[in-house]
Amino acid sequence: MKVKMLSRNPDNYVRETKLDLQRVPRNYDPTLHPFEVPREYVRALNATKLERVFAKPFLASLDGHRDGVNCLAKHPKNLATVLSGACDGEVRIWNLTQRNCIRTVQAHEGFVRGICTRFCGTSFFTVGDDKTVKQWKMDGPGYGEEEEPLHTILGKTVYTGIDHHWKEAVFATCGQQVDIWDEQRTNPICSMTWGFDSISSVKFNPVETFLLGSCASDRNIVLYDMRQATPLKKVILDMRTNTICWNPMEAFIFTAANEDYNLYTFDMRALDTPVMVHMDHVSAVLDVDYCPTGKEFVSASFDKSIRIFPVDKSRSREVYHTKRMQHVICVKWTSDSKYIMCGSDEMNIRLWKANASEKLGVLTSREKAAKDYNQKLKEKFQHYPHIKRIARHRHLPKSIYSQIQEQRIMKEARRRKEVNRIKHSKPGSVPIVSEKKKHIVAVVK
Amino acid sequence: MTANRLAESLLALSQQEELVDLPKDYLLSGSEDEGDNDGEREHQKLLEAISSLDGKNRRKLAERSEASLKVSEFNVSSEGSGEKLVLADLLEPVKTSSSLATVKKQLNRVKSKKTVELPLNKEEIERARTPLEQEIFNLLHKNKQPVADPLLTPVEKASLQAMSLEEAKMRRAELQRARALQSYYEAKARREKKIKSKKYHKVVKKGKAKKALKEFEQLRKANPAAALEELEKIEKARMMERMSLKHQNSGKWAKSKAIMAKYDLEARQAMQEQLAKNKELTQKLQVASESEEEEGGTEEVEELLVPDVVNEVQMNADGPNPWMLRSCTSDTKEAATQEDPEQLPEPEAHEVSESEGEERPVAEEEILLREFEERRSLRKRSELSQDAEPAGSQETKDSSSQEVLSELRVLAQKLKENDQSRKQKASSEGTIPQVQREEPAPEEEEPLLLQRPERVQTLEELEELGKEECFQNKELPRPVLEGQQSERTPNNRPDAPKEKKKKEQMIDLQNLLTTQSPSVKSLAVPTIEELEDEEERNQRQMIKEAFAGDDVIRDFLKEKREAVEASKPKDVDLTLPGWGEWGGVGLKPSAKKRRRFLIKAPEGPPRKDKNLPNVMINEKRNIHTAAHQVRVLPYPFTHHWQFERTIQTPIGSTWNTQRAFQKLTTPKVVTKPGHIINPIKAEDVGYRSSSRSDLSVIQRNPKRITTRHKKQLKKSSVD
Repeated sequence: MKVKMLSRNPDNYVRETKLDLQRVPRNYDPTLHPFEVPREYVRALNATKLERVFAKPFLASLDGHRDGVNCLAKHPKNLATVLSGACDGEVRIWNLTQRNCIRTVQAHEGFVRGICTRFCGTSFFTVGDDKTVKQWKMDGPGYGEEEEPLHTILGKTVYTGIDHHWKEAVFATCGQQVDIWDEQRTNPICSMTWGFDSISSVKFNPVETFLLGSCASDRNIVLYDMRQATPLKKVILDMRTNTICWNPMEAFIFTAANEDYNLYTFDMRALDTPVMVHMDHVSAVLDVDYCPTGKEFVSASFDKSIRIFPVDKSRSREVYHTKRMQHVICVKWTSDSKYIMCGSDEMNIRLWKANASEKLGVLTSREKAAKDYNQKLKEKFQHYPHIKRIARHRHLPKSIYSQIQEQRIMKEARRRKEVNRIKHSKPGSVPIVSEKKKHIVAVVK
Repeated sequence: MTANRLAESLLALSQQEELVDLPKDYLLSGSEDEGDNDGEREHQKLLEAISSLDGKNRRKLAERSEASLKVSEFNVSSEGSGEKLVLADLLEPVKTSSSLATVKKQLNRVKSKKTVELPLNKEEIERARTPLEQEIFNLLHKNKQPVADPLLTPVEKASLQAMSLEEAKMRRAELQRARALQSYYEAKARREKKIKSKKYHKVVKKGKAKKALKEFEQLRKANPAAALEELEKIEKARMMERMSLKHQNSGKWAKSKAIMAKYDLEARQAMQEQLAKNKELTQKLQVASESEEEEGGTEEVEELLVPDVVNEVQMNADGPNPWMLRSCTSDTKEAATQEDPEQLPEPEAHEVSESEGEERPVAEEEILLREFEERRSLRKRSELSQDAEPAGSQETKDSSSQEVLSELRVLAQKLKENDQSRKQKASSEGTIPQVQREEPAPEEEEPLLLQRPERVQTLEELEELGKEECFQNKELPRPVLEGQQSERTPNNRPDAPKEKKKKEQMIDLQNLLTTQSPSVKSLAVPTIEELEDEEERNQRQMIKEAFAGDDVIRDFLKEKREAVEASKPKDVDLTLPGWGEWGGVGLKPSAKKRRRFLIKAPEGPPRKDKNLPNVMINEKRNIHTAAHQVRVLPYPFTHHWQFERTIQTPIGSTWNTQRAFQKLTTPKVVTKPGHIINPIKAEDVGYRSSSRSDLSVIQRNPKRITTRHKKQLKKSSVD
C-alpha cells in the first residue's frame, strides 16, 4: 500500500541566506481579492486623512536678528549652514542642526540688500544700502583678527541685489543697471541697461550658467547673456516683478514673483505666454525659490504666508503660516529639498518641512513602502471629491481667508463684466484673452 | 388479540390502583385518627389510675357507717336514717309551696313529652321543615355529605377502614423500598452519565427512542387518551423546534463545520444530519388527517382492539374530549359507573348478554364488556369485604387477582373468537368489505408518531389540508361519519331489531365503496414514482397557494407605469381663478383661460427602459454614490475609459506581486535626506562624457529629461 505524504521542497520556503527576503506564499487569484477599487479608494481616503492628521510642518524659529530679515542665502556645500541679512545691516550665519547663530557680521550700514555665496562655499558676498559690495570669508576670523571683509567694492549707486555665477568667479549686481563683475577686479566687466528704472533682482541660470535674468521696477523681466554685451529680451508685465528664480532642472524655465499676487512661470524661449500662472496669494509675492528637484517652488508673500506650488499647477498645494509670522520677505528651499526657510519682518527665520506630514528621520523599508503606496493612492484618487476636499482643506488666518473671499468676488465681477462686454458687443470686436496672456503687456527683443 | 387481553389486564390493574388510591389519599388523616385513639385510650387509663388513687378516699367517705349529722352540700346521704331516700319525699315540701307550682307544671309538661332519641333516625333527619333546611339538605345531598353523622363522609369512613396498622407498616416498607430503588437508579444514571463514549450514548439514545416508540405503540393500543397526550407532547416539541434555532446549522459548532464542509465529507454529513433532524422534528404529523377516508376503518379496528368502555372510562377520568365523549357507551354502563360499589349491577344484564351473545358480534362485545364491568365491581366489593376482615387478606387477594387475570384471559379469548367469526362473516358477505377492513392495516403498521393528534372536524379544516387531498376526500368524511353513527346508534339501543342494523351496515359499506374507490385503486398500484409525482405536485400546489394573492408581473407593470408617470415633466398651470372674471366657491376658471395659462412641459428625453418590458431603469442620480464619484474628467485624460482604466488597475500588494508593487509605487522623484541636490548639468543627462559624481537626484524617467535636454541643448547651440 502506498502512503501519500505531504512533501515540500525546502527550496520553496527556505531562504538561502539570512539577508534574503522571506518567501511569503500568496495566492494572486483575483477572485480571492475582490473589490479592488473600493478597497483602494478607502485606503486612499484613509491615507489622505492621515496626511492631514500628521501635517505639522513648522520645525523651528531662528531668532537673533534685531531687524527684519531682508535676504537669505544657502551654503552651496553645507546643508546646515544658512546666511541671512537683516534690515539693520547685520549678517548672521546659522547652523540649522543646532538651530543657533554661528556668526554675526555687521556688514553694512542700512539694509543688507542682497547676499550670495560663492559656488565653492568659502566666501560670500553682500550688497547694502551703503553702495558697497563686500566679500566675506565664510569662516569666522581667527583669534585676534578683526571682522573684516575680504574685499570691498565701492559703487556709485545703490545695489539692490547680487548673485554669483554657478561655476566661475563672476558675480552680478543690480541697481540702476546690471553689472557683471570679476571677483578680482573692482570694476564691472560689463554693465547692461534696458530702460532707466531700478532693477530689483538678478539671478544666474544654474544650468546654462551664462544666462541671467533680472526684474526691474518698470514691470519688465530682462534676460541677459553674459557673453553678449546687450540684453537678450525682455517681457513687460502688468505689474512689477519682485524676483525671479530659475528652475535648476529645466534650464529655460523661470518663475517670477509679481506684485499682482501672482507668480508666472515662463519659458524663456516663449515669453509672450507664461507656461503657468500661479495664483493663490492675496498680496504681493516678494520672493520665490525653486526646490532643487525642480518640481515645485516656494513663494513668500506680503500676506504673511508662504505657499508651495507645483511647477505645473496654478494653485498651491500647501500654505504655511503662523500667528507670529509677519510679511515674509525672503524664502529659500534647502539643497536637500526637505526644508524651507523663510525670513520675515518680525526678525525671525523659520524652518519648515517641505512636506508637511513627512516623517523625519530614518524610515524602515516597510514604512517607506507604506509611504510610497499611500502617496500613489492619493495621487490615483486625487480627483475623487471626498478625497479632494480633505486634501485641499487648510486652515487659514482670518485675514487671508477674508481676503480670498473678497478677491474671489472681485474676480468674479471682472469676469462677469468681461463676459457681458463680449455678449453686448459685435462678435469679434472684443477679443477673448486667456488668463495667461492677460498679464503680459509685451515682449521685446 | 393479545394486545386486547393486555389492555384488559391493564385496565384491571388500573382499577385496582384506583381502589388503592382512595385510601392512599386519606392515609395521613387515618394515621392521625389512630394516634388520637391511642391517646384517648391512654388518657382513659390515666384517668382511671387517678380516680383509683383518690377514689379510695371517696369510697371511704361513702362507706362511713356511723351516723353523722353533717350535711354535705354535695351529696345527700340517708345513712343515718336507715331507710332509702325517695325523690317524692324530697319533693314533698316543694309541692306544698305555691311559689313552685309553675316550675312543677313545666316539669310535668316535660315529662309528658316524648323524649327525642339521639341519634335521630333517618326520617327525622330527612324531614326538612323550613325552606332553609331544605336548601341545606339539598346541598348536603348533592355533595354527598353525611347528614346524620356530621363527622365522617363515606369516603373518610372508607379510608378509616382501609388503613390498618399492618397495612401502614407494609406501605412504609414499600415506600422504603421504592426510595432505595430510586437511589440505586439515580446512582446508576449518574454513573452512566459519566461515560464519555459518544458511541455508547448514541446507542443508548437509539435504544431509548426505539423503546419509547414501542411503548407508545403499546400505549396507543392500551390507552388512547394517554397516547393522545403523548402525541400532544410531540406536537409541542415540534412547535418548540420550529421556534428554536436548534439544528438549523446556525450554532457555533455548525458554523465551524460549515467552514470545513467543503473539504470534509464527515462534516458535511454531520451538517446534513442536523438538517435532516430539524426537518424530521419540524415535520407536521399529517398522516392521520390524510387518511381521513380510512378513519372509519381505523376506528373500527380500534374498537376491535380496545373495548369502548375502556376508552369511555378513561375519557371520563381525563376530562372533556368531545370526540371521545360522543362514543357509544350505553346508559346502563353510565349508571353502573355512577352506582355505589355496594349496589351491584344485577345479573339480568348478564342473562341478556348470554341470550344475544352468539348472534351479533358487536352486541356480544358489548355484553362481554358489561361482564367485565361486573367483574370489576365484584372485585371491588370483595376487596371491601377483605377490608372488613383484614386477617388472612393477603392470600385471598392473591388468589382473587389470579382469578381476575384468568378471567381476563378468558374474556380476551372470547373477544378474539368473536372477531374472527365476524371477519369470516364479512368475507362471506363479499370481497369489498374485506378490502375495506384490511385497508387500514398498513396504515396501522406505520408508526403512530407520524399521525396527527387531532381529527379533522369540519370541512373547513379539511380544506386547510392539501387541496388534492381535499379534492379526493371532500365527500368522504360525511358518509363515514354517518356510518359510524349508524353503527353506534344500535349499540345504544341493544334491543333494536338486528336485521335493520344489518341493512344499515350494508348501506354503509356501499357508501364507502362508492366514495372510496379511487383511493383503493391508488393503494392497489403503489409505485414510488407516483408518490414522488404527487409530492412534486403537492409542492407546486403549496407554492401556488402561498403566493396566490400576489400577481408579481402585474405589480411590476403597475409600478413601472407609476414610475414613468412620476418621471414625466409636469405641466405648469398659472391660471388665477377670479382674475378677470367672477370667482368663488363652485366657480371654475373658464376653459379658454385655463388653456391660455397652462404651460405645457416639454417632452423629456425618452426613457432608457422604453423598449425593455421587463426592466425598470431609475434615471435619477443617487446623491449618496455621487459623493464618491468623479464628476468631471480630470485634466490629463482625454476619454473617460482612460481614467476608468487607471482607476481599475489596482496598485496594492494585495493584487500585485512584490516586484510589481514596488515598481508601481516608486515615486517619480526620490530624494535622500542630507544630500545636496545640485542643479542639473549637461553631463548628468549624458550629453557630454563626465563623471556623475555629484548626482544625488535619482530621476526615475531619465529618458524624458534627456530628450528635453537634448532639445534644449540643440536650441541653445542653434542660438
